[in-house]
Amino acid sequence: MQDFSLITSWIDNSLRSLMPGWLTVTVECLLIGVGLLLVYSLLALFYIYYERKLCAAFQCRLGPNRVGPFGLLQSFADMFKMLIKEIIHLDHIDRFLFGLAPYLVIAASVMAFAVLPWGNGLQVIDFNIGIFFLIAVSSIGVLGILLAGWSSNNKFTLIGSLRSGAQMVSYELSIGLSVLTMVCLAGTMSVGGIVAEQENLWFIFKGHIPAIIAFVIYMIAGTAETNRGPFDLPEAESELTAGYHTEYSGIHFGFFYLAEYLNLFVVSGVAALLFFGGWMPLHFPGWDAFNHIMDYIPSVVWFLGKAFVLSFIIIWFKWTFPRLRIDQLLALEWKYLLPINLVNLVLMVLIIVFNWHF
Amino acid sequence: MANITEKLSKLFPQATIEGENTPVMTVPAAQWHDVARTLRDNVELKFDYLVTIVGMDWTENLGCIYYLMSTDADIIIGVKVLAEGERSMPVLPSVADLWNVAVTYEREVYDFFGIVFLNNPDMRRLFLNIDWKGFPLRKDYDEDPALNPVSTESERQTDFTDVYTRSDDGKIVKTPRRIFEKEEFVVNIGPQHPATHGVLRFRTAVDGETIKKIDVYCGYIHRGIEKLCETLTYPQTLHFMDRMDYFSAQNYHHALCMLYEKAAGIEISRRAQVIRVMMDELSRIASHCLFIGTYCMDLGATTMLFYTLRVREQILDIMEKTCGARMTFNYDCIGGVMQDLAPDFQDDVKALLKVLPANLKEYNDIFTGNVIARNRLEGVGHLTREDAISYGITGPSGRASGWACDMRKLQPYSIYPELDFEEVVMTEGDSMARFKCRMKEIEESAKILEQLVDNIPDGEYCVKVPKMLKLPAGSWFQVTEGCRGAFGIYLESDGSTKPYRLKLATPCLPQACVVDHITRGQKIADLITIGGSLDYIVPDIDR
Repeated sequence: MQDFSLITSWIDNSLRSLMPGWLTVTVECLLIGVGLLLVYSLLALFYIYYERKLCAAFQCRLGPNRVGPFGLLQSFADMFKMLIKEIIHLDHIDRFLFGLAPYLVIAASVMAFAVLPWGNGLQVIDFNIGIFFLIAVSSIGVLGILLAGWSSNNKFTLIGSLRSGAQMVSYELSIGLSVLTMVCLAGTMSVGGIVAEQENLWFIFKGHIPAIIAFVIYMIAGTAETNRGPFDLPEAESELTAGYHTEYSGIHFGFFYLAEYLNLFVVSGVAALLFFGGWMPLHFPGWDAFNHIMDYIPSVVWFLGKAFVLSFIIIWFKWTFPRLRIDQLLALEWKYLLPINLVNLVLMVLIIVFNWHF
Repeated sequence: MANITEKLSKLFPQATIEGENTPVMTVPAAQWHDVARTLRDNVELKFDYLVTIVGMDWTENLGCIYYLMSTDADIIIGVKVLAEGERSMPVLPSVADLWNVAVTYEREVYDFFGIVFLNNPDMRRLFLNIDWKGFPLRKDYDEDPALNPVSTESERQTDFTDVYTRSDDGKIVKTPRRIFEKEEFVVNIGPQHPATHGVLRFRTAVDGETIKKIDVYCGYIHRGIEKLCETLTYPQTLHFMDRMDYFSAQNYHHALCMLYEKAAGIEISRRAQVIRVMMDELSRIASHCLFIGTYCMDLGATTMLFYTLRVREQILDIMEKTCGARMTFNYDCIGGVMQDLAPDFQDDVKALLKVLPANLKEYNDIFTGNVIARNRLEGVGHLTREDAISYGITGPSGRASGWACDMRKLQPYSIYPELDFEEVVMTEGDSMARFKCRMKEIEESAKILEQLVDNIPDGEYCVKVPKMLKLPAGSWFQVTEGCRGAFGIYLESDGSTKPYRLKLATPCLPQACVVDHITRGQKIADLITIGGSLDYIVPDIDR
């Protein structure tokens, strides 16, 4: 299997031979930052295109097909439009918080984005509490949404952001617990460690019943966490026009928009990491020839492929189901998902203790 | 009919009764409230449904004609009451305590005729803004644009309404009353809002996510159709029917043509009648399809809209081939229909009937059985049968509450009595029942089309009618079934080529006004569920 750490260490070594240590670190940080932002925006644009095409397919339409081949350049055109649009300045708002909110949202998703295991040896930083860090930074996003709703001085945005606060805080519990279930199985919180643990078998197979339960709960909670349908109450357009970002325009609105798509990718990426081995190819113990063939597919392709397939499921939810009501949404979390999750955690621990997993 | 006239004259010896098909009883204003109570509560009469209140200006005096219907006996009567007092301040006793829908209807009469209803809890203008000068439907109304210029400022708003009462010494006293308390958190849902389906405003007092009270604010697109009709000849008034409930354009056209034909004594050919009924039912399917689609979209299931639009497109294609238009058809005319059917009309309808069952099954698979949809709809916005009648909620929404109010059955017209179809009546009265009721009505309409598609008789599609149609002096009232409920038309003619008064009683106005009653204590999201399930169309509210 190809290892990206060869390339990264070569870059590191050649830089170190040219300049002092502190400069090397600075240059590397800059390179990574630029690279991440580039990948971030490209992925967001791809996701916009991806969702529009999928949605069109569900709705018996064609979707974008005019700009560029197969409409591929449509999202570039849309982003360009968004960039040159006027940012409308409002009176009677808290200017500082109003301006800060979209950056908080985007910063949260960029930080979460950085920890994902992109490929074999292709990870920005792999530290021992990686998955914990990921959960922590992705919850900063809700702060941005609350601030956006509050600072807009609009009743719709206020209701939207309060809904969002209640929803995201609740569903964070489910995400945390299902992640915890898988961390138990992996025995480590390090992202690299979790991937390495799945070298022989992906966790969804290895942990069988509790892993599948955790996966289903994770997907539901993850959809809620990204504010996507059927959990798109904070921006339920038929109730609250556009929810918390009603008053935003131009690139500020664009930030919310991009962050939403990137959160979709982050949620799918984490699901891929926890349940489907991250970048790890599909391996079965004993099937050496099969495992060897699987290794020929590059690890980046594995990771992105898994994330896209999982995103497909979340997008499928959105274009099929009607929206829940706020009390039903909270009842689903607190009355059903949370107890199931707690029992599931105990079940997983029992399975690990008695070594009943594969 | 003679039976009811007898009964009425026995009960109210002081009243005069005239008219054949729809007897109209004249009652003095002082006795009106007692008479109304007897009419509603007497076990033999039980006129529990107030169809409409027609405000009238007979130049020497103002007054109202109340059309009442008994839901047991399916009889409609009119009660004519002349207003008391000077022309500057005519008064009538309110019947808002007897029929809930009267609150709204009396506001409309007040808005256009200036008749003040004593004891009505909410005596504001309904459509015009609060600073409007004059009462437009009075015959002596000054149309000078300088009096009511187009304002460049925001409309003045108030949180107060007035209640007029008669004090002990006979004077009329006006007392202001608050609509919303000072500390209430009021959110404006509308006039520009995706879920109001047009320019309608709900002033909503909320406590967190819970709705405390809603004040419906309409009139943003009122075009004064009733006033305009008084200046146009009879054939010219027809095209307005396309512009109220634009999804029931064919049905409304049919209704008005039928009323004019009745008044003028014109017999139309059977071919024209069959064509009209087929167009009505096609419209009904298209309208209900659009309802299903937009309703699901309001609830967040966007994909359904495209599935239902496929069927609707097919129907619009059929209409386009015959009528030449996809929205404002202007197809029915006095004496029949404008053009003959397109040559492949029958094949197209058959093709539609073929794909319809599969489509309905698909809608049920994707939405009706879905657990989220069921949680959102079942038990939400419950409307009892009594309330449905009292608030005048007709159409599929009324039938979902257990009130068999299909005017095709109750007041049979055209060729409907010969057709075999069932009236869909459900008992649950919640949003889900209203949704399912429409689904089933599509099937019933398809059944009607199946019976007619191979039996379109030959003959002329339009009989000869004089170019300048004059109707004899008199008054007529007719109720038909639109796609959203009972559509009543009152016509008064003075023998000229123009109507003296044309009142259009549309089903959507009461449906919008019942929203306050059934959303109290529910969540904001339920407002969308309930409003959507009532399926009002704003141009039909604001005529």
